[in-house]
Amino acid sequence: MSRSPDLDAFRDETRRWLLEHAPASMRTPTKSTDELCWGGRKASYPADVLRWRDVMAERGWTAPTWPKEYGGGGLSKEEAKVLAEEMEALTLRAPLIGFGQWMIGPLLLQEGGDALRREHLPPIVKGQIRWCQGYSEPGAGSDLAGLQTKAVADGEDLIVNGQKIWTSYAEKADWMFLLVRTDFQARKQDGITFVLVDMTSPGVSVKPILLISGSSPFCETFFTDVRVPGRNVVGQRNRGWGMARALLGHERTAIADLYRDRDDAGRLVRAARRELGQDAERIADACVRDRIAQIEIDQACFDGVLARGRAAARAGDKPGHESSILKYYATELTQRRKDLQMSIAGPKGLGWEGPGFEDSDLKLARDWLRSRGTTIEGGTSEIQLNIIAKRVLGLPGL
Amino acid sequence: MDLVLSEEQKMLQRAARDFVSTRSPPGRVRTLREQGGFSRELWAEMAKLGWLDPELPPGFSMVLHEELGRGLVAEPVLPCAVLAAGALVLGGTDAQKKEHLPAVAAGSRLMALAHQETGNRYSLDRVQTDAEKADGGWVLRGEKQQVMGGATADWLVVSAATDEGITLFLVAKGAKGLSVERQHRLDGRDAAIVKLDGVRVGADAVVGEVDKGLPLLERVVDRATAALSAEMLGLSNAAFDMTLEYLKTRVQFGVPIGTFQALQHRAAKIFVELELARSAVMLAHAAIDDDAGDVAVARAVSVAKAKCSEVAMLVAHEGIQMHGGIGMTDEADIGLYAKRARVAELTFGDAAFHRDRFARIDGF
Repeated sequence: MSRSPDLDAFRDETRRWLLEHAPASMRTPTKSTDELCWGGRKASYPADVLRWRDVMAERGWTAPTWPKEYGGGGLSKEEAKVLAEEMEALTLRAPLIGFGQWMIGPLLLQEGGDALRREHLPPIVKGQIRWCQGYSEPGAGSDLAGLQTKAVADGEDLIVNGQKIWTSYAEKADWMFLLVRTDFQARKQDGITFVLVDMTSPGVSVKPILLISGSSPFCETFFTDVRVPGRNVVGQRNRGWGMARALLGHERTAIADLYRDRDDAGRLVRAARRELGQDAERIADACVRDRIAQIEIDQACFDGVLARGRAAARAGDKPGHESSILKYYATELTQRRKDLQMSIAGPKGLGWEGPGFEDSDLKLARDWLRSRGTTIEGGTSEIQLNIIAKRVLGLPGL
Repeated sequence: MDLVLSEEQKMLQRAARDFVSTRSPPGRVRTLREQGGFSRELWAEMAKLGWLDPELPPGFSMVLHEELGRGLVAEPVLPCAVLAAGALVLGGTDAQKKEHLPAVAAGSRLMALAHQETGNRYSLDRVQTDAEKADGGWVLRGEKQQVMGGATADWLVVSAATDEGITLFLVAKGAKGLSVERQHRLDGRDAAIVKLDGVRVGADAVVGEVDKGLPLLERVVDRATAALSAEMLGLSNAAFDMTLEYLKTRVQFGVPIGTFQALQHRAAKIFVELELARSAVMLAHAAIDDDAGDVAVARAVSVAKAKCSEVAMLVAHEGIQMHGGIGMTDEADIGLYAKRARVAELTFGDAAFHRDRFARIDGF
């Protein structure tokens, strides 16, 4: 813990300010990230959610470490840490989340020129524009570098044709950052360009995909002769792959972080007591008890890995390939949880909709089905293991 | 304690790794197992380095035991300095501490904790050995099994049933009615059967309070379990490094076998498990260091021992498999790691025992 007097003063002031400005309803836990503000022009949010977002955005604290000139909070790493700690202590919800803050914003701060930053960062901070990510294609899943969406130069502009798939929340997003092929002769990694596209551009169309879980968080996005101004290229043409790979690291960390603030601590135990009965205060079924203990022990270990990562960052150690470890384990653990929830529920967990099932039971099967996707999206578990084997363990490739 | 090593802890880590790799390569186990389990000469050197201090802070103890685990160091640091002397640190009188702790730290006195009996598995409260009041002192009768470091110990701390609970007693080697017989376990280290046939001790031999030995024993064993988990983390990492090296150098079908994805993914999964185990070991030591309270310490220790038991056996079994035929030979070190992993796994409770204990602590 820091003992610098400046930071202590900042801490006191921050706490006072947060207490004064945070609506009481923003200090209650959320059931899912759907209750948080993702921003954008298309969604509507409860008044308190918007009030909380706006008052934080005013200070730049929806993007605490971004420079003030782009609307950010201009905080040092240490100050941002203090802010995060104080928010955690007050059990405050994040005022704004999304791909803008997690991915494209940090990328523009690293790679984008001043013009792109001035155009795009302030609307992200204020939550006015919601971003989505156009990476995967029907023919380019795990082999992402094989993508075929084509961008051909027309004067200063690019004309984009092709299809993206698994675009999270594309129907709710205002802008997309995507990878397009600008050179078909070069090695596949060397012909990719990183561009920004306004989703209202003529020729962009979006179609939600119905999943086995019954929900549609992902879309197919089609591009037919979409004209993209040349200034919307991030970095250099044909140099998009390196940037995209760096961003995937951010994505994996973000995915792992989502599992940190889970709301299901104790849920397995409560369900098991209810469905399987108790024997002297203990869950009556010893097998289920052991499976729960195993999951909660692994969760405690995983929380320890996250805490070590934060401690290492405080100590100034550079992050390595932890994101692959985090993504791999967080998602495997989630699947085990959802699977065990079904086992505990028994026949009660079989409802899809309609009479005879509690709302909470109806959620079980959908959660289980949805969880199967977590080890596929954002790089499959197998891809994460490949990365660990090659880049961390140094095992040879074929 | 923070979840990153401090500069001082890193210094200890470097010094210990250097010492262990030069003075105690894993193959030393093959000679030691024929010669009483450990080397007195190395013991004296470790004392000079300050490693036998029973009051070593938790963070340093963690670092030390990980490094000892890496090299399969057979010297009884854990049985003597952590377990037996630990009982005095946590429950001894000033006089007992003064008498024993400096001598242990100096390497001139070996101690062992005799708590395990035939059939009591991992429970600390089922004690057949009995202590009866007599002439202002006590008379001890019973038999202890697999006492770690027992064959060479100068002093023993013995658990015995008293009227209203259990009590710990100090017993000196050579006491009338005491007999010690070396046992040979699969890791080759010092262990012994301790028979107490009417051993008389004075009232001042009681460690802690009469009848209140169980909570003391639990606290001592939790601390030793944390140290053992650190040792298991070290041996697991060393066994993994050795296996990884083999994957990179063993050539079949014209390529190193580590080229094959079937082995790569298994290696990657082990690496992830090792990261989880390291986190658990750090959290357990942090709980002790932060004085988190007995329940919080017990919970964190059970998390660590459950995880490290699973991971150590995973690495041991995968290590032998990935070494192929050579992994089955006594000549290859991987087998030495598997043997120590098994002994450590089944000491102070295996993964299933600690999962059950964790569930009890969390109220389910």
